[in-house]
Amino acid sequence: MITEIGHYALVLALALAIVQSAAPLWGVWRRDAALMATARPVAAAQFLLVALSFAALTHAYLISDFSLLNVVENSHSAKPLIYKISGVWGNHEGSMLLWVLILALFGALVAVGSRAMPLDLAAAVLSVQAWIGAAFLTFILFTSNPFLRLAQPPIEGRDLNPILQDPGLAIHPPLLYLGYVGLSITFSFAAAALICGRIDASWARFVRPWTLLAWLFLTLGIAMGSYWAYYTLGWGGFWFWDPVENASLMPWLAATALLHTAAVMEKRDALKIWTIFLAILAFSLSLLGTFLVRSGVLTSVHAFANDPARGVFILAILVFFIGGSLALFAWRAGRLRQGGIFAPVSREGALVLNNLLLTTCCATVFVGTLYPLALESVTGEKISVGAPFFNLTFGPLFAPILLVMPLGQMLAWKRGDLLGAAERLTVAVGAGFAAALVLGAIRGGPVLSVVGVAIAAYLIIGSFVEIYGRIAGRGVTLGIALARALGLPRSAWGTALAHAGVGVTLFGLAATGWGVEVVQALKSGDRMDLGPYQIEVREIAKRPGPNFEATVAPIDIRSGGVVIAQINPARRFYPARQMPTTEAGIATLGLGQVYVSLSEQNPDGSLDARLYWKPYVALIWIGALLMAMGGGLSLSDRRLRIGVARRARATAAQPAE
Amino acid sequence: MIWVVFAAMTGAAVLAFLWPLAGRPRGDSRLAIETNLYQAELADIERDVARGLMTPADGEAARTEAARRLLASTALEPSPAGRGGAKAASVLVILIVPILSVALYARLGAPDYQDMPLQARIKAQPADMDMAAALARIETHLAKEPDDARGWEILAQVYTRLERPDAAARALRNLIRLQGASPDLLMAFGQSLVFANQGKVDEEAQAAFEKALAIEPSRLEPRFYLALAAEQKGDRARALEGFAGLLADAPEAPFADLVRERIARLGGEASPPAASPPASSGPAASPQGAAIAAMAPAERDATIRGMVEGLAARLATNGGSLEEWSRLVRAYTVLREPEKARAALGEARKAFGADSAATAGLDALAGELGLGG
Repeated sequence: MITEIGHYALVLALALAIVQSAAPLWGVWRRDAALMATARPVAAAQFLLVALSFAALTHAYLISDFSLLNVVENSHSAKPLIYKISGVWGNHEGSMLLWVLILALFGALVAVGSRAMPLDLAAAVLSVQAWIGAAFLTFILFTSNPFLRLAQPPIEGRDLNPILQDPGLAIHPPLLYLGYVGLSITFSFAAAALICGRIDASWARFVRPWTLLAWLFLTLGIAMGSYWAYYTLGWGGFWFWDPVENASLMPWLAATALLHTAAVMEKRDALKIWTIFLAILAFSLSLLGTFLVRSGVLTSVHAFANDPARGVFILAILVFFIGGSLALFAWRAGRLRQGGIFAPVSREGALVLNNLLLTTCCATVFVGTLYPLALESVTGEKISVGAPFFNLTFGPLFAPILLVMPLGQMLAWKRGDLLGAAERLTVAVGAGFAAALVLGAIRGGPVLSVVGVAIAAYLIIGSFVEIYGRIAGRGVTLGIALARALGLPRSAWGTALAHAGVGVTLFGLAATGWGVEVVQALKSGDRMDLGPYQIEVREIAKRPGPNFEATVAPIDIRSGGVVIAQINPARRFYPARQMPTTEAGIATLGLGQVYVSLSEQNPDGSLDARLYWKPYVALIWIGALLMAMGGGLSLSDRRLRIGVARRARATAAQPAE
Repeated sequence: MIWVVFAAMTGAAVLAFLWPLAGRPRGDSRLAIETNLYQAELADIERDVARGLMTPADGEAARTEAARRLLASTALEPSPAGRGGAKAASVLVILIVPILSVALYARLGAPDYQDMPLQARIKAQPADMDMAAALARIETHLAKEPDDARGWEILAQVYTRLERPDAAARALRNLIRLQGASPDLLMAFGQSLVFANQGKVDEEAQAAFEKALAIEPSRLEPRFYLALAAEQKGDRARALEGFAGLLADAPEAPFADLVRERIARLGGEASPPAASPPASSGPAASPQGAAIAAMAPAERDATIRGMVEGLAARLATNGGSLEEWSRLVRAYTVLREPEKARAALGEARKAFGADSAATAGLDALAGELGLGG
C-alpha cells in the first residue's frame, strides 16, 4: 500500500503543481493578494507530496519489493544497504524523481523563507517554479514512471550497474542536482521579474543567496563527480572534457558569472538586463545538460536506459522553457531601466570583464560539446573534440580571468585606482615568482607546470591581500588584527577563500606535469620504484564479495624501506550483470597520491596495471572544497539573509560594524 | 481502505490552497519590505565606505540612489482585490485537483497491488508461498550451508518436476558429493545432464552411467544410455550390440519399444535403399527384431527368412489383417523374392476381394513396390 500511496502522492503533486502554476500568477495579474498568497502553502504541500512519493520508492528498495519494475531492474536483495538507498536515484526514473524532489524542495524553501519578499514577486517566482515542476512531473508519470508494478514479481532483481555501486553515488547526484535544480530558482526569479516588470537592487538581494546556494552545490557536485570518475573509472584522470562533464561545466560557468553580476546589481543597481539574461542562460544550460545526458544523445554511465520518447519529451521541455523565457526576455527586457553608472576601471568594470571572459569560456565549451553532435546528426561524420581543442581554447581564455581576479578584488565600486591596486598586489606577484623559482629548481619539468604554479601562488596570496590591508598595518598588534579580522563581513572572507580555492585547484592541475606513470603486468612479489616511493606487490588473490567476485593485488608502499601505506587495487566481477569493474587502489601521501588500477588478468596469472604517482593531485579537489566553503561563508553573512528571513530587519537597523 | 487514504491526501492538498484564501493575507506590507531593504542597503553602503571599497563621496551618491529607488517603489502596493477571483479559483481547484488526480491515478496506478517485501514473500507459509519464492529460500539457505543434503534433495526433485534439468543436475551433483554415489542418484544425475543437453550424452553423463552400472550390473537403464552414447559417437556396431543385448535381457521392459526404435533406425540405415521397411511395422519392431538386427548379415537373413515363412504359413492357414498381408508382401520384396511377393499379393487380393478399400490399398502397395498388377 505504501508504494501506491507514493504513486498517488506523485499524481497529486502534479495536480497541485498545475494549480500552483496558474492561480498565483492569475493573482499577480488581478493584483489579488489572497490568490497570490496561495502559492506558499501549495508549494509546501507539493514538496511534502513529492517527498512522500520519494520515501515510498525508497521504502520499496529497502524491502526489495520486486513487484516494482524499477526495483527489479536496478536492485538486488544481496546489495548492501547503502546501495539499496542510493540505488533509488542510480537509474533514470529514480534520478528524475530526485530531480523533481529537489525542485519542490527549493520551491518550499522559497515559500518558507520569502516572508520578507514582496508578495507578488514570491507568487510569480513560485508559479514559474511550478511550471517547471509540472513539466517534469508529467515527464516522470508518462515516460519514466518508477511506480510501474508487476503482477508476477520475480524473486531476484537485476542489480544496480556495478560502476554505480560506490559511495560516490550517495553523494554526487544529490549534490549536482541541488546545483542544477537550484539554478531553477534563479531562473524563476528572472522570469518572475520579467512578468512583474520590476527588477531592482532588492530583486538582486533576494536572488543572490539562491544563486550562491546553487553555485555552491554545483561546485561540490562537479568536484565530487570528477573525483568519483578519477577513482572509479581507473583511467587515472579527473577531467576528460567528456560531453557529460561539459554539460555540468557550462551551467557552472554561467552560474559563476551570474554570481558576480548579481553582486553588481545588488550593490549598484547596474547590469540588470545582463543579470536576467545570465539567470535564464544558467538554467537553460542545466536543462540542456539534462537533455544531453538523458536523451541518449550521449552514451555514458549517466545515460541509463535510452528511450527516444524521453528524449523528445525533454527536448520539448527544453524548447518550451528556453524559448519561452527568451521570448519573455525579448518582450520585457526593453522596459527595464538601467541603474547606477560606473567608470571602466572599477569593481563593476572588473566584474564585467569577468563576465565577458566567463561567458566566452562557456561559449567555447558549448561549441566544443555540441558541434560534434550537430555535425554527426547532419552529415553523419563522427569527429572527436577532446582535450586538445579545450586546452587550446579554454585554457587561454581562462588565463586572463585568473590574472585579473585578485586585481578586481582590490578595486573600489564606481571608481577604482588601478595603479594602487596593482601596487598592493606586488607581494602576491612576488610570491608567484618565488613559487616558480623554488618548484622549478626542485622538480624542473614542463614549463607549463612551473608557470601554472606561479599563477596559482599569485592567486592564493592575492586573494588575501585585500583582507590583509584591512586588518594589518603599521603599529597594529596581533590582538587588534584578530579583532579586525573577526569584524570583517563574512562575505569578504568568503570571497577571499573562494578565490584562493581557484588558486589551489590550479596548483593541483599544474602539478600533474610532474607526475609519473607506469604501465606494467604485476606479479606476486614484484617490486618497483614509483616517483619517490618503492612499491611491492604482496600477492594476487581472489576474494569474494557480497554480490561480486574480486581479484585483489595488495600492494605495500615504502619510503626508505619503511612501509608507509598499503593499498588494495581490485578488479571485480558482478555475475548478476556479467560486468567487471575496476577498484583503483589510492594512497594519499601528503598532498600527492599513489594510484594503481588493474585491468585484465593474463593467462599466466599476472595482472595488467597502471601505476601513477601524482604529486599535489589532492589540491584539485581541496581547491573546489575551498571554493564551496567560501560560498558557504558568504551565504552565512547576515547581510544576505534579508531575502530569506524576517530576522534581517532587526539586523539591518543596527549600525554597521 | 487505500481510497480513504487517497481521499485524505487529496483533501489536505486542496486545503493547502484554500487556507490562505480564508484568512487575511499574511506577510509584510510592501512598504515595510521596501523600507527594510532600504535600511539594509544604507548599512551596506556604510560598511563598504568603512572598508574603503567606496569613497565617501561615492557612498553619498549611492545613498541618494537608494533613496530614489525607495520612493519609486512605494507606489506599488497591491490592492486587496475583491473576493470574486478567489471564489472562482477555489471552486475550480476543489473540482480539478481530485478529478485530475483520480483520473490520472486510475490510468497509471495499481490500487489493488499490495507491497511485496522479499523477506515476507520468502517467509510466507508454504501454502501461500509461490514455488519461485520457496526455491529462492532454499537456494539462499544452501548458498550459506552448501552441505545440507536434504536441501539439495528437495531442489533436485522440484527442479526435475519443473523440467529444469540443468538446475536439477546441479542439485544432484551436490547430493552425490554429500551422500556418495548410489545407482539411483547417478542415474538421475546422468539423465538430467542428458535432458539439459537436448538428448546428448556427454562425457560426464556417460561416466555417471558407467559408474551406476559398475555398482549394480543388473541395472538396465544405464545400458540404454551407454548404447545411445555409442550411437551418438558414430560407433554403430557397439550401439547395436548394446541395444540388442538390452532387448534380449528385458524384452518386456517399459523402454523396450524405444530400444526397438533405436535398433530399427540403426538397422534401417544398413538395409538396401531400394525399399526400406517401415520402422514401426517391420520385423525389427518385434522383440526378436532387435536380436536379429544385431546378427551377422548371413545369419540375419536366414533368421528373417524363417520369420517370414512363419508369417506366410500363419496367414495361409488362419488368414489375417490387411496390415499383416502388406507386411508379408514387403518382406518378400526386401528379401528380393518378387515371385513370392506377387504370390502373396495374389493371395491377399483373394482374401480381401469384397473389400474395395483393402483392394485399393493392395493396388497402391503393388505400385509402390513395382510388382505390377
